[in-house]
Formats: sequence, C-alpha cells, structure tokens
Amino acid sequence: MTAIGFSRGDLYYLLPELIVCTGALLLLLADVALSQQRQARAAWVAILSLGAAATLLAVMSASETTIARGTFAVDGFAIFFKLLFVMSAAVTVLLSHRYLTIEGGRPGEYYFLVLCATAGMMIMASGIDLIVLFIGLETMAVCFYILAGFLKPNRRSNEAAVKYFLLGAFSLALLLYGMSLLYGLTGSTALRAIATALASGSSGRLLAVAVMLLVAGLGFKIAAAPFHMWAPDVYEGAPTPITAFLSVGSKAAAFAMLLRIFFEGLPAFHLDGLGSVFGQPLGWASFFYVLSVLSMTIGNLAALTQTNVKRMLAYSSIAQAGYMLIGIVAGTPRGVSAALLYLVVYAFMQLGAFGVIVLMRREGVAGDELRDLAGLSSRQPAIGIAMLLFMLSLGGIPPTAGFMGKVWLFASAIEAGYFGLAVIAVLNSALSLYYYVRVVVYVWVRREEPGTPPIVLSRAMIVALAFAAAGTLALGVYPRILFELAQASAASLGRAEPMLGWLR
Amino acid sequence: MLEAIAFYGLAALILGFGVMVITARSAVHSVVFLVLNFLAVAVVYVVLGAEFLAVIQVLVYAGGIVVLYLFVVMLVNQKRTPEAHHDPHRKTGLGIMLASAVLAEVTAIVVYTASAPSASPIPVSSPVVGGNTEQVGWLLYTDYLIAFEVASMLLLAAMVGAILFARRMD
Repeated sequence: MTAIGFSRGDLYYLLPELIVCTGALLLLLADVALSQQRQARAAWVAILSLGAAATLLAVMSASETTIARGTFAVDGFAIFFKLLFVMSAAVTVLLSHRYLTIEGGRPGEYYFLVLCATAGMMIMASGIDLIVLFIGLETMAVCFYILAGFLKPNRRSNEAAVKYFLLGAFSLALLLYGMSLLYGLTGSTALRAIATALASGSSGRLLAVAVMLLVAGLGFKIAAAPFHMWAPDVYEGAPTPITAFLSVGSKAAAFAMLLRIFFEGLPAFHLDGLGSVFGQPLGWASFFYVLSVLSMTIGNLAALTQTNVKRMLAYSSIAQAGYMLIGIVAGTPRGVSAALLYLVVYAFMQLGAFGVIVLMRREGVAGDELRDLAGLSSRQPAIGIAMLLFMLSLGGIPPTAGFMGKVWLFASAIEAGYFGLAVIAVLNSALSLYYYVRVVVYVWVRREEPGTPPIVLSRAMIVALAFAAAGTLALGVYPRILFELAQASAASLGRAEPMLGWLR
Repeated sequence: MLEAIAFYGLAALILGFGVMVITARSAVHSVVFLVLNFLAVAVVYVVLGAEFLAVIQVLVYAGGIVVLYLFVVMLVNQKRTPEAHHDPHRKTGLGIMLASAVLAEVTAIVVYTASAPSASPIPVSSPVVGGNTEQVGWLLYTDYLIAFEVASMLLLAAMVGAILFARRMD
C-alpha cells in the first residue's frame, strides 16, 4: 500500500518553501501584534526567513531527486531558480522599506504578499506536474494582482491592479485550457508521463492547439510580444519595488515553468506534414522564434519614445524577454544555460535600475519621469555611477554582465543554426542603446531643476543598490562561476529520479 | 454515441449560457445565467462519471459562490429607493406558507433521524480506493498533496487581498 502524506525526506526537501511560508504567516501575525512604531521590524522577519531559505537551498544544492510521488523535483535547475527568487525577494524587501513609509502602506501585509509570491515561484521552479505548476503560478499571480494595487489612493495603482487581474485571469484560462487538452491527450498531468505518452503516439492537430495555448499563456507571464499589452501599464502603475519584483521574479518563474513544460513534458513535439521553416522542423521552437523576434523589435521600438522611466523599463523588459527566448529557441544545452545565465544577469541590472527609481521617490516627487533623473550624478555621484552601470549592462556594453549574457545567448543561437535570429538580436541591441544612453545623458549631463527636494539614502537602499551593482560588474568581469552553475543547472533538467536512499 | 450526444448538447448549453452571462443587460440576470452554466457543467461531470465533483460543483459554485454574487449584486446595485422594492402584489401569505413547509420538513428530518435506531453499524474500515469520493480524496492526499497544501496559501493570500481592498472603501 502506498503511503499517504509526506515522508520525512519529502519534508526535508520542502523546507525552503516551508520556511518562506512560515515567515509569511509570522508577518501576518506581526501586522496585528506589533505596535505602530515597531512595524518596521516586519522587514527583518522577511529578510531573516529569506536568508534562512537561501542557506538551506545552498546546503541542498547538490541534491537531485523527485519527491511527493514524482510531482516535485529538487534538482540543480530548481535550486538555481529558487536562489534567484529568494535573492530578488530580499532585494525587493530592502527597496520597499522606505518607499512604504512614504506611501503609507502596512508593512506586515505587504511583506506577507511578497513572501507568498516567492513561495509560489519556488513551487513553479520545482513542479514537474501540471497541477503543481499551475497552483504555484496562481499563488504568485494572485499575490502580484494585490501588490500591484497596494497603494491606497493612487488611481494609477488601482488601474494597474484591475488591468493585471483581468488580463492575468484570461491568460491563466488559456494556459489551463492548454493543460487540460494535454491531460486529455495523454491521460496524465505528470510531465514525464506526458513525454512518454507523446513519444510513442503521433502529434495530432489537437496537440498543436494545446501547445499554442500553452505558449500564449506563458508568453503573457514572461511579457513577450504579442502578449505584452499589460506590461507597460502595470509596470507604470504598480509600486516601484513591486514593479522590480514583478519584472524579475515573475518573469524568471514563468521561464522556469516554460522550460519545465517544454523540455521535460514536450521535448519531441513537432508538427508533422507542415514542412519546415528556416531548415528546422516546425515545432514549439518555431512559436518561440516568432515570439522572440516580435518581443525584441516591438519592445525596443516602443521604448524609444517613452518619457516615463518605469514605462521605458517595461518595454525594455519585453525586449529582454525576447533575448532570453533566443536560448529557448536554440534548445541546445548551451542555449538553455545561456537563458538561465541571462535571467540572473537581468535580475541584477533590472533590480538595480528600478532601485534607483525607488530612490527618486521622495515626499512630493513621484520620481519616475526621465526629467526627474536630471542632475542625479552631481547630487549622488555613487548612485550616478551605479545607474550608468545598470544602463550599460541593459544595453549590453562590456565590461558589464549584460554583455557576457548577450554574447552567450547570441553564440548559442549561431551554434544551433539560427543565424538570422542572432542578426536580428544584434541589430535590436544596437537600437536599444539609444534609450539606455538617453537615461545616462539625463543622469550625467542634464542640470537638475532648482528647488527639487534632496535625495536621501537609507542603509537598506545602499545595501540593495551596492549588491545589484556589484553583481552587474562582477558577472561581467568574471562570469565563469555563474556560467558553470548555469550549465550544471540546465543539464540537470529532467534528470532527477525519486529517492531510494536513507531518507525514505 | 449516447454519450457524445449528451456531451455536445451540454457543451452547446454551457456555451449558450456563457454568452448570455456576458450579454444580459441586468447584472441579476447575468448571475442567474451563471448558475445555469454551472449546473450544466455539473451535468457534464455526471456524464463523465464524476458524481462527487458534480455535487461539489452544485454545492460550492452554483449554491455558495453564486448566491454570494447575487447578494453583492443586489446590495451594491441600489438604483431605486428602498421603498420602491416593496412590491404591492407581494404574496406574504404564500411566502409564510412555503417557509413553514420547509421548516416542518427540516424538523421532520431531524426528529426522524434522531429517533431512528442505529441498526446498521458503520463499517469500520472503508476500502482504500472505493467510490468516487474516496478516489478524489486519495488523489488529493497522495499525488496532489503539494498542490493541495499550496492552495491553502493561495486562498490565504486571496483573502488578505480581499480584506485589503474592502478596507479601502471606508
């Protein structure tokens, strides 16, 4: 007879998620228990539980097993992503601290939602069963819907929340429909079983519909064109630290889910009898090819004319999703590892860039317009240098991490025979330099308008920005460690087996 | 064959009610069409042999959630004055009669069950995988245990969000 519930081993491997969830529940308690003056301690609870989860993840980094009856994989791939989520969540907490005081939100509820979203992402990175993946995605999405509208009197924030909720629910419905078709075709929700069932049978039209629905649903979550419409409005309206977390964490989690579904569940999918495109058989990579080209081009072209920095970074993040998709299109181990590497690089530079925008938010100044950045370097030279670094990295200029990331991505495309895609990507990178450099011009060349309130640094902000800047620079100069890690993680995809050893 | 007819008939009904939900002019009508939609989905579950899901669908969705919707729609949608809601043709007598009939029925059930001797002992150990309900329960606590547990965090987060947005109204 099979056992009900979790075994001891299952619980051990679930500890990082359990710690994050416990931290979230403690924060809900803290919201009621702590007096108004001590509310700031909520941030400490969040940071400590994230730190504990990260430590545990590092301890179990060598594991490669599946638990909970083969629905949950704890492998290098999952741990790579989980560390990325925990890190982005911690930076988000640091960025949020003073922002919340200015905006007047309740820290307990806010950090609770941030930790819940993190837990959802962690489930998404480990799930190898459609239902587990979906529940993780939904947990993350619900938290982000609420966080996007967290600012009370702000009309833009409310609009962002409603828009994100409606479009998000719609995209989840598409995704769920795709999943249910996949279940109907194969009789299983487990990705490995789906792969086995599809390997023997032929790929029919219904499967093509299922794949298209999955691509659309996940394309929405990674904000890839043509499913990107929500991103600029939501990024602009949401509280800035949440925008940072949304653009980094949510995107990375959706990429993790995408890699799990397509590389573990549908590795052999291709459309029979429809010929080939660019010398490759028509498969899901062809869909991502289109998504990648559209995202890069539309994102970069739209970003050129933006005057609101948050909006500009939203379009830029659409373009960045296009770059990351190149690795998925290539589909080789090198391509996947390049996408993983770029996700980490992107996290550092994107969190940093949004961190500077958070810093510009002061009493009476929204700080998210391009002209608000004028004269930043003369007031805070260190922040000016950091912003320069983030923008150069986003644009892909050496010696920053963004350059190394793009080199690996484009090289993987050429290696896999997608020469045209690499050319389009390089042209797009050149195009994007215009609007990244424009930000630098505002920060370093333009004079500030007289009478604007001073920029005050807090300790938490300094730690967060220094961390992001150090990561952006270090990974550009010495990317080897991360590259090896990304390669090992990409290689572990689909390899984990159920445990047999001492813990069972 | 029979199953296919049932399925396509029900699918047409579900789609039709779905369209009516979004095209109905009055919000109350749209909620009522939503109930019909959910009921048709419940019948699909019965056709598929998932009786437990069908019952849950009726109890939770058609019964619980949509009734809540109706309350909200009726409470929020106060365009007319409260006096206008007093229907001059209201049949108070009929209402009281129906209500007392339901009350009598419930009392009868309670009295009957309480007085009836517990003749048949409840089987001590139910089979591991028996009927529909057991199967669903078994799956929830084995294959989908993680999803089941994470759903509780999801619901908690949704609840916090609902309270957050509701508190803002005052």
